[in-house]
Amino acid sequence: MDYSFQFRVIEANIDKFVGGLALGLGLALASILVGTLIGIFCAFATTAKSKVPARLVNIYVSAFRNTPLLVIILFAYFALPQIGLRFGKNESFILSLAIYAGAYLTEVFRAGLAGVPKGVVDAGRAIGLTGFQVALYVVFPIMLRNALPALGTTFISLFKDTSLAAVIAVPELTYQARKLNTETFRVAEAWSTAAALYLATCLVIAAGLRRLERLFPKF
Amino acid sequence: MEQFLHELWIARWAIAQGLVVTIEVSFAAIILGTALGTLAGVGLSYGPWPIRWPIRMAVDAIRGIPVLVLILAAYYLLTFAGINLTAFESGLVSLTIFCAAHMGEIIRGALQSIPAGQVDAGRAIGLTFPKILVYVLLPQAMRQIVPVWINTGAEMVKTSTLLSVIGTGELLFRTQEIVGRNFMTLEFYGLCGVLYFLVNYAIEYAGKFAARRFALQ
Repeated sequence: MDYSFQFRVIEANIDKFVGGLALGLGLALASILVGTLIGIFCAFATTAKSKVPARLVNIYVSAFRNTPLLVIILFAYFALPQIGLRFGKNESFILSLAIYAGAYLTEVFRAGLAGVPKGVVDAGRAIGLTGFQVALYVVFPIMLRNALPALGTTFISLFKDTSLAAVIAVPELTYQARKLNTETFRVAEAWSTAAALYLATCLVIAAGLRRLERLFPKF
Repeated sequence: MEQFLHELWIARWAIAQGLVVTIEVSFAAIILGTALGTLAGVGLSYGPWPIRWPIRMAVDAIRGIPVLVLILAAYYLLTFAGINLTAFESGLVSLTIFCAAHMGEIIRGALQSIPAGQVDAGRAIGLTFPKILVYVLLPQAMRQIVPVWINTGAEMVKTSTLLSVIGTGELLFRTQEIVGRNFMTLEFYGLCGVLYFLVNYAIEYAGKFAARRFALQ
């Protein structure tokens, strides 16, 4: 085997790789924002007196946790236009990832909610806060802090999942690596660069999250 | 509806074959991955540093790279290294590596949660370390990880869809072929999703059963 590495091809295309990485981060960020809203909404919905919301949330969580993300992405991109729901590539991908993430985040926030001590709720009621005020000013911040570590893990795994956008030709990092691979046949260079960029980004995010966790001490 | 049933009848064997390949590749990956992951987990927990550090680096690297990149890189790079594998074999290699990295962490966690007194007790009755590992530590660790292990199985079934990208004939790939022929995206991607859901729901159910069965107290 005589293969000589030539990283000059990578050097010439580094802007595409970095651009792809930035796009991936943007997609992950947008999805986790929407997913977090879904998750918080669903988690609070399960605390309602009626059993119906909890049952609906269970169906949603079970359905999307047990379906592969790639099938959801392809369904959103190729099948939804058939019933008149047409989105751009990026929007369709964000939608799929957000709904998928929402199912996982519902569980995360539900666990966070379960970790809120009952005493603080009673304390909130005792100083005359309404039910909504207790939820907003007392329960919500504690829940968010409880969920922080799991939220971070989910964000990292969502960032890695943005690589699937390559399948519907969203020009993120994996797509760029694949393109360079087929255009120049610099196989080892293209994939090692992509892998290194993903790895470095994940490590940076993980380090940032550890700082964030230290910044806000546990309740 | 009638047209869908007609197309479904034509595609019945392709879908069945796809489902079989999906289950085959996931099952093989989790068995091989668990074997490899157990070695990694033991190495991470009890290995001296020249063994521990390389495993730690490999496990962290694999967990920090998206599976799709792992699959594509293995597919193209193995060929370059002169190892010619089919799409199925190359996909199995990447899934196994991915699974092994995750199982390694899970098993390390389980092993480290076993009280240190157990090792001392083993030594006190004269067992050598390999014997302590096989008769004392691993049985306890394995019991703890059964529910997580079954969840990993569902994860592997979901991850196996990514093999469609390199042309392994699993369920999603077969569905894409069928859709490419009849353009019934809504019906067949929908069916594909339902089939995956059923497989994973069954696994999840087994997981809950196992969690009850193997619960300590």
